[in-house]
Order: sequence, then C-alpha cells, then structure tokens
Amino acid sequence: MDDNKITQYGDELYEAWLARRTVPPLREREPDITIEDAYRIQERFVARRVAAGETIVGKKIGATSKPVQDFLGVYQPDFGMLTSGMVYQEGDTIDLGTLIQPKAEAELAFVLKQDLQGPGVTAMDVIRATDYVLACFEIVDSRVTDWNIKIQDTVADNASCGVYVLGRTKGDPRKLDITLAGMLVEKNGELFSTGVGAAVQGSPANAVAWLANTLGTLGIPFKAGEVILSGSQSALVPVADGDELVCTVGGLGSCRVKFSGRSAA
Amino acid sequence: MKANLTLAREDIVRLCERVEGAQTRAYAIPKLTDEYPAMTIADGYAVQSELRRRFIAQGHRLVGWKAGLTSKAKMQQMGVDVPSIGFLTDRMARPENSAISTCDLVHPRVECEVAFVLKKELRGPGCSREDVLAATDYVVPAVEIIDSRFSGFKFDLASVVADNGSSARFVAGGRARYAEELDLRTLGVVLEKNGEMVAMGASGAVLGHPTEAIAMLVNILAEMDEHLPAGSFVMSGGITEAVAVKPGDNVVARFQELGSVSMRFVE
Repeated sequence: MDDNKITQYGDELYEAWLARRTVPPLREREPDITIEDAYRIQERFVARRVAAGETIVGKKIGATSKPVQDFLGVYQPDFGMLTSGMVYQEGDTIDLGTLIQPKAEAELAFVLKQDLQGPGVTAMDVIRATDYVLACFEIVDSRVTDWNIKIQDTVADNASCGVYVLGRTKGDPRKLDITLAGMLVEKNGELFSTGVGAAVQGSPANAVAWLANTLGTLGIPFKAGEVILSGSQSALVPVADGDELVCTVGGLGSCRVKFSGRSAA
Repeated sequence: MKANLTLAREDIVRLCERVEGAQTRAYAIPKLTDEYPAMTIADGYAVQSELRRRFIAQGHRLVGWKAGLTSKAKMQQMGVDVPSIGFLTDRMARPENSAISTCDLVHPRVECEVAFVLKKELRGPGCSREDVLAATDYVVPAVEIIDSRFSGFKFDLASVVADNGSSARFVAGGRARYAEELDLRTLGVVLEKNGEMVAMGASGAVLGHPTEAIAMLVNILAEMDEHLPAGSFVMSGGITEAVAVKPGDNVVARFQELGSVSMRFVE
C-alpha cells in the first residue's frame, strides 16, 4: 500500500475516533491490505493523537487467546499503543459518551522498571524488568462499524484500544503466580466469568516477551515506566449506563470501575 | 424431599438395579424418565440412596460426597436452582499419577475441583459457608472423572441424580492447604490434556465460592436425614467444563496455591 493511502486511512481512523463515529472495514475497501500495512496505518493514527497533545505511555497486547485468534483469522497476538488520554484509575466512572461501542476485558497490567529491548527477550527477562503488576480493565472499542473486524481492521484501528483502568494494589511477580492466578469478573455484584493467567499465551509474561521481541525487530524498546496490558483473561463484558465491574486477580487484588451515560453507537 | 416421591418401592429397586448394572458393567442405558416420565428429583435421590445402600452392603466404604451442576450455566441448562449431589466410595478413588483404566467406563470426562476434608461433622438444614470453613480440616485439588451412563448424553436431572450424579472415579492430590490461608474464590485452574490447555477457570465459577456448594450439599443431605461425618472428603463441583478422555490421554490439572494433580488413561 502506498504512503498516501496509509496516511489517508490513518487520518480517517483518527477523525472517526475524534468524532466518535465508525468507518467501514478497511479490508472490504482494500482487499489486498496486509498486516504490515495495517500497522503503518496504526502508526499514523497514533501519530495524530500524539500531535494533538497525547504521549505514548505503554502498549497493549491483543488477540492472545485461541478463540479470539480463530475469530480474527490469525495465529499470533497483535498490539496497539496506549496514550495518556486513555488512562483511568481504580474507582473512576467512565463516561460512555466518550466511546463508540465499548466492551470490557479483565487483564493483568505490567509496569516496567527497566527498559526491555528485543529481540531475544524471554519471559524471565520480563519478570526481571517488571516493577509490579496490577489488576486492570481494558475497555476495548472499535472505530469499525459493528465490530466487523478481521486482523487488518483491528490492527489499523490501534488494536481496538479504547481506554483502560488500573487497579491500585501492586503485586510483585516474584511473589505472585501470574500464570495460575485466577481471574474473577463480577458485573453489578454478580459473577460474570472466570479465567486464569495461563489463558494468555500460556502465561501473561509470555505475551509481554512476544511483544518485546516483535517491537524489537522494529527497533522499538519498552521503556522503564511503561504500562503493558498483557491480554484478556475474561470473556468480553458488555457495558451500559450504571454498570459496575470488578475484576479480582487471585493473590493480587481487584480493580473496580463504573460506567455512566451512553456510547455513540 | 420424601413428599415428592412418585415411585413405588419396587420401581426404585428396579431402577437401582438398572443403574447398578450400567455402572458396574460399563454400558449405556436410556434415561430413566423414558420409562417413568413423571419421575421427580426426589425419586432420583431414592434410587441413588438404594444404590448407596447396596454398595455399602457389598463392602464399599462411603468416603464422602460430591456436588454437581454447580455453575450457573449448568443450572440454567437443567432448570434448577440448587446443585445435585452424589456419594463417593473407596472403590472410586484412584491415586495421583496412576494409570486409570477406561474399560470399565462408558464415556469418561474429567473436570477440576477444589475438595474439602472435614475435621468436624456438618449437619443441615441451615448450613452456611462459615459453618463449612469452621468444619474444614484442609482443602486439596482434585480431578473428578464423571461418566454418564445414559446413551448419547441424553438425560434429565432425575436420571442424573439416580445415576449418582455421574460419579465414576476421582483423583485427589497436589498440596493440602488450610482453607483460611487461601482466597477460595480466586484460585486459578488450568486443565491440560496431552500437554495442551483444554479448559481454564477460577474457583469462584462454583456458585461464586466453593464453600457455597458444600453448604448446599449439606442442606440437601439434611433433607435425606443424612449428614457429613468428620473425615468426609467432599468435592465442590467442576470449575472447568468437563473434557472427554480416552486411552492414551495424559491429564494434568494445575491449581494456583494447591499444586497439581496428574493421571493417565489406559485401556
């Protein structure tokens, strides 16, 4: 795909995000679009957000479970960029009016204390470089109409990243079994679903290592202080006005978030 | 529970003999409600009690009980709001890391559970989660091998209860722990078959908390004038979905804080 088109689609997604409206799937308009093209479009989309004043504060890993990979038609995860405008804290209320067609996923977030530069990074390096882990919700959102996505569509759309909420209790991955830690998701006081760290690439640390290596081949390091969302351990949770979600990671702690208002789509 | 009995004593004995034959000689039978459409859950428990009486008379030792249908999804599927229960004997127990024969099973499936071992007796009605914790000596990880004896997995709750809640074999192992040292809601579990993860979850999938399933089990027992004596081994219900196994399969269940339980299946 030529540079003009990359810029055009990146701008289109940025404008859609800004105006909270959706665009038709890119793959239907560009049947030959590759995953590499999609990452270049993502780069443009994110660059527009940065040019408008945000900073990159971390990365997210998506498509880490087999059911999601089967749905998207890929056999590896994908990634997107976390920007300063996406961050919420435990206990916050998210205005759904700022989103288009949001859904929540419960995850483990890694906060790094050292840079991590792939390739050659292993899960052990990830634990060594991790300052702490947090229970976290990622609120995924799609700028593509009706979530009609395949891998190219979601990658171009910054891996369908919306906003994210970090828990407050810090866990040391040297004390916590991040692979076997259970994940409990409750919606409005009722159990919604359960999961476990291993659901993410065998261990969330494997997913983080995968991304360090993938970005490493592009010359992009993880920086100390960055937040890495390691991938969903739960089923997607639909959210609406008045909903309250809590996710609890066994041996770590929980993350609570509320929602108000109405999303755009 | 006795109030809802529709089966005459001779029918209960007949159905018990049918279930006993299917269990001991490993063959599938049609669901019992095909012949007794009005059969109730109380009738199912009457057949199960007769089966328990017979096994004990044959020298089997009652070691404990199990709760089944403990996830919301399964309960909704069966149209009930309480779990089902079944009894466990020494003949169903298999050691950790052993070879388990499938030739005396119909269509075995495995699921991961948290099991409780009691230091004090538990009696209903009115048994609560707190009562369960106070009576618990320790918890251990377990794999239940369930085996519905009904053809084509076609069954209803009354038939399943009569078939002792599909109980067949169980393997307890891993690491014993004091319940109060753990958060029993959030223990992560991974079930692996032949090195591949096939089912996952957290222990809260069982009625929000596995002790809730034990409390309900004790209250169901009370309706049958039964209780859990000290020393009982009680399985609280599947955290993961049940996964089919066949000869040649290796199964490992990995539990947060509780270690793992492994076994292999042979002809």
